[in-house]
Amino acid sequence: MAYVAIADRDHEHELHDPHTFITKYVWSQDHKVIAIQYSLTAIFVGVIALLLSGMMRLQLAFPDSFSFIAPQDYYQFVTIHGMIMVIYLLTALFLGGFGNYLIPLMCGSRDMVFPFMNMLSYWVYLLSVIILLTSFFVPGGPTGAGWTLYPPQAVMQGTPGSSWGIILMLVSLGVFIVAFTMGGLNYVTTVLQARCKGMTLMRMPLSVWGIFIATILGLLAFPALLVSAIMMTLDATIGTSFFMPAVLEAGMQNDHEGGSPILFQHLFWFFGHPEVYIVALPAFGLVSDILACHARKNIFGYRQMVWAIVAIGGLSFIVWAHHMYVSGMDPYFGFFFATTTLIIAVPTAIKVYNWVLTLYEGDIHLRVPMLFCIGFIFTFIHGGLTGLFLGNVVVDLPLSDTYFVVGHFHMVMGVSPVLVVFAAIYHWYPKITGKMYNETMGKWHFWFTFLGAYSIYLPMHYLGILGVPRRYFSYGPTEFIPESAQAMNVGITYSALFVAAAQILFFVNMFMSLRGKKSDPNPWGATTLEWRTPQHPPKHGNWGPSLPTVYRWAYDYSVPGAAKDFISQDEPAAPGAEGFDPEHPNG
Amino acid sequence: MSILGKLAEKSWLTPSAAGDGVDMNTGPEPAAKTALALFIAVLTSIFFLFAVGYRMRMHQPDWEAISDPGLLWINSVALVLASVCMHFARKSALSGDIRGVRYALTLAGALSIAFLVGQFAAWGILRESGLYAVQSPATAFFMLLTGIHALHLFGGLVVWARAAARAWQGIEVKRIRLSVELCTTYWHFLLLVWYVFFTLLLLT
Amino acid sequence: MFVAIVVVLLVIGSLIFHFASPWWFTPIASNWNMIDTTVDITFWVTGIVFVLLNLFLAWCVLNFRHKKGRKAHYEPENKKLEIWLTGITTVGVVAMLAPGLIVWGDVVTVPDDAMEVEAVGQQWHWTFRYPGNDGDFGDVDPRLISVANPFGMDPDDPAGADDVLVYSPEMHLPIDRPVKVLLRSKDVLHNFAVPQFRTKMDLVPGMVTYQWFIPTVEGSYEIMCEELCGMAHHTMRGEVVVEQQADFEDWLGSYPTYAEVLARAEPDAEAGKMSYMACAACHGQNGEGNPALNAPKLTGLDSWYLKRQLQHYKSGVRGSDPADALGMQMRGMAMTLVNEAAIDNVVAYIGTLPDVPVVATIEGNVDRGRDLYQTCVNCHGAQGQGIWAMNAPRAAGMSDWYTANQLRNFRDGLRGANPDDRYGRQMAQMAQMLNEEAEINDLVAYMNTLGQTQLADANAGRRFE
Repeated sequence: MAYVAIADRDHEHELHDPHTFITKYVWSQDHKVIAIQYSLTAIFVGVIALLLSGMMRLQLAFPDSFSFIAPQDYYQFVTIHGMIMVIYLLTALFLGGFGNYLIPLMCGSRDMVFPFMNMLSYWVYLLSVIILLTSFFVPGGPTGAGWTLYPPQAVMQGTPGSSWGIILMLVSLGVFIVAFTMGGLNYVTTVLQARCKGMTLMRMPLSVWGIFIATILGLLAFPALLVSAIMMTLDATIGTSFFMPAVLEAGMQNDHEGGSPILFQHLFWFFGHPEVYIVALPAFGLVSDILACHARKNIFGYRQMVWAIVAIGGLSFIVWAHHMYVSGMDPYFGFFFATTTLIIAVPTAIKVYNWVLTLYEGDIHLRVPMLFCIGFIFTFIHGGLTGLFLGNVVVDLPLSDTYFVVGHFHMVMGVSPVLVVFAAIYHWYPKITGKMYNETMGKWHFWFTFLGAYSIYLPMHYLGILGVPRRYFSYGPTEFIPESAQAMNVGITYSALFVAAAQILFFVNMFMSLRGKKSDPNPWGATTLEWRTPQHPPKHGNWGPSLPTVYRWAYDYSVPGAAKDFISQDEPAAPGAEGFDPEHPNG
Repeated sequence: MSILGKLAEKSWLTPSAAGDGVDMNTGPEPAAKTALALFIAVLTSIFFLFAVGYRMRMHQPDWEAISDPGLLWINSVALVLASVCMHFARKSALSGDIRGVRYALTLAGALSIAFLVGQFAAWGILRESGLYAVQSPATAFFMLLTGIHALHLFGGLVVWARAAARAWQGIEVKRIRLSVELCTTYWHFLLLVWYVFFTLLLLT
Repeated sequence: MFVAIVVVLLVIGSLIFHFASPWWFTPIASNWNMIDTTVDITFWVTGIVFVLLNLFLAWCVLNFRHKKGRKAHYEPENKKLEIWLTGITTVGVVAMLAPGLIVWGDVVTVPDDAMEVEAVGQQWHWTFRYPGNDGDFGDVDPRLISVANPFGMDPDDPAGADDVLVYSPEMHLPIDRPVKVLLRSKDVLHNFAVPQFRTKMDLVPGMVTYQWFIPTVEGSYEIMCEELCGMAHHTMRGEVVVEQQADFEDWLGSYPTYAEVLARAEPDAEAGKMSYMACAACHGQNGEGNPALNAPKLTGLDSWYLKRQLQHYKSGVRGSDPADALGMQMRGMAMTLVNEAAIDNVVAYIGTLPDVPVVATIEGNVDRGRDLYQTCVNCHGAQGQGIWAMNAPRAAGMSDWYTANQLRNFRDGLRGANPDDRYGRQMAQMAQMLNEEAEINDLVAYMNTLGQTQLADANAGRRFE
């Protein structure tokens, strides 16, 4: 039976065909529009989180100089900053933003398989963001329990937002999980079912692999957060004792008994660890494609890269308690989790080697996306290596809850993936907008961000080795913390404010270039399908009258004997490739 | 080609005829079925984690087991029968028998509603015997496990209602077949979940 | 190509930073040198990888950057190389993991002869309990915790009779003896961490956790709470003093056992009345205070707080700073109370005096004061009534000019700076946020509006200090 793509079939659900402004750009079921909606919302709320971090840094550098930053405010900032960045920015941007935009295009589909549900997922995500931001306006303000929301403190007096703020946070997370599930079902099903003819799994670009596996991780891991959120909400509202033991609250006995705070931590981190890979794996995939394109060289070891992504995804479910080494859980668990954690370092390291080996003997064009990729490699090497300290249980003992941890997770979650976000936005900007960005401004943006971010987080590790604790509003006169540490804090704050300000270059570039000069349909000479749409930027339905057919993998760059230094995926056997033997490509 | 085979493909050995070893599916049905399978995986994760939480909480010193209301057995029978009816609805849909679909579907829904009512009544029985979720962790978990299961069954009933309405409106069987198939799979899954939860509750 | 040079410079810079930075582990004061060794191994392995990989990265960028006519080399994969790289990485991982797990094996194995001490954490203080001669801790129950029984001791358990109750954030340990610190929380998660000892562990309410170490260097070390436990988490501090066995026993002897606490005689308010004559001249016959003589109102204050302040004055923890003239004056007065019983008696007498409302003297912006008070409410209570469990005395309904002075003193280091004034030190940290005079006035003006509900047992006093 001849293959007929989903979208071309005669069935009861026609592909959506919007005509009005509202249905084209607001209540849109087009994955590209939804992607932009997700991205803009995520970046907007990310800027709020950035401002919160600015205030935190001001307090740390100039303690007690600002009356509007009282201790309870500070802990609220810490909490909301963390939660927004991890979930509402990074997860939403990588999966809802990049996933939505790239998956159908890179797989040769017209759209996601369930466009209506896709649209719904964005609006539910927006609702979750609104609920979260509402917590700033309720009595008591937002929760200040840390992004990890540990009970019993999260729901007890003494922690900011323990009455209303925590409830709104938990509800917001629940709503986000609903949105994520709707989106996630779309991404996975589209990858599995809606690839165009010839697009085997192993011909998919690594961007798709990264987002695909990350989505599966999310579908299986977010339930743990939902379960713990439901149980904590019940504890806080009707007074059950899932997590609440018998405790004193401001001198008075409470009514709880027998609950286990450690149970919450197990559930939370069973979600929390895969979550960091939900952020990292799409970044890994995206950077591989951008690197290969701008180095005019196939990603080195594509199969190993895919296997590594799958292995990291699978292993990520059995390492969670490395976040709990000092939690009071059975200490013998430490043996198991330290081992699994250090095992996961191996496939991760392979990926790093392969990125660098892609550059080896490449033809490297040092354009803005490539610069950000190099920045990613450098910072990810650092962040990944510091993870080995924290994963090794006994080494974690003095470092846990210090600034070493803060430095590590910012480097691997905040710096490296964000550099990839920038690389990706610059790389696909011509595709999405049809225009070319300003290269010079982009380069300045890169240098300020890369050097600035590294100078923020490198010193933090050493403050952590000294023993400076994290989540401290101020240190007061503490004997083992010398004056120089406070001076370093001032330096870090100046770097942070500078880097934050430098992002203006990015926003200005993005907006100004919209009215700038048009770009070629494929300015970088990339092989992947999204550059092959008949319209530039792609119109609704992506491919015009007929879907593409794929003949090759995503990395035919600099193929010996070929006419150009790249061959698009939908290019059949190239006539100029006589004598090209794929088994022995270099003769 | 097995999944391992697919992942071992040396995809740079191109150009090859498009479609070699290509594992494409044909039709919107596979998409919906895949999505349901994924959704069931998500739900499995949720139910599994609730069960894990239950087992971990049991080990705390203040745990006092409660005896489960006998009503649960009756409710279980209702749910089993609902699944059986769904099975017949599916059979009817596959063989083009719209009347069979109507009756089987309606009965399945009615039995499921009966199950939900029965579960709610079981909550009442616990309350009357003085067991409150706030004081008794076993009661809290009883209500949580049955509640989450019931909530998802209710969600299924929303989809069922649409399918049943269309069946009675005189729609062509083949246009409702996919819905019935998906509902049936979902019902069987929830029955399995109930089986596991019920066993868990009984054993403790 | 500039980027390649920058990468090299960053590698060199990072190395320089690593070796030159003044921030390294605190000098170790426990037996856990093996932890430091494992950290060093990890630094060497990861450091070598960091340098080699990044230099290779820079070299690639330099050598293979685009030049006219350059063509990349087409190589889809190199299985052999990947296997080698996997192997080498695995060796590196094992080189770090193996010593790590061996040392962890030591960490989880508590020596049989370890002495046990219990550290009790709460928002936002530490207290300690020693098992006494029988080496056994008496049972405790959170349901028994009260102002008179802050440790929650079960009076029916004979093992608890000789437990030494240290209601202070300072604990002592004898040098060179392995110690297992049992960790118990009264309310939320906390963490007992002493950087110089290297180990740390969370306190989890509802269970008892532990850590063990051998203190090897005499000195005093700060205990930091390292699990976010609420808005004053950063002020939750304690101290470990490591000393010779004999000094340790002396120190331990200065604290009462549970049996002694139970057996303490009721204070004698009548006897206290005699002592109070000396105080009445300034503080008034009815303890109502006298602003003209700089003497604040005393009635309505929690007796445990009065007692502690008198002890502080006597010992010089408070009122020693020459800049604190009024405090120095109080020191002299406190000296007239010859012993602890005298202090207890006069405090008991003050407890019998009627609590009369005072006249407010300070004005300010009450709305701003309410916002500022949010920082105080968790310890001092929504009505400013004080909460015994938080070691926070009544703050509202007292002499407002005195409260304002004390806030100023806390902020400026005239009070709370003495290293032995641990509770004062916490207040000093909290007071730092009051940068302007106006803020102090606003805060106090707001507190003047609060109803002053007294807790029934505010005057019951604690009898174990």
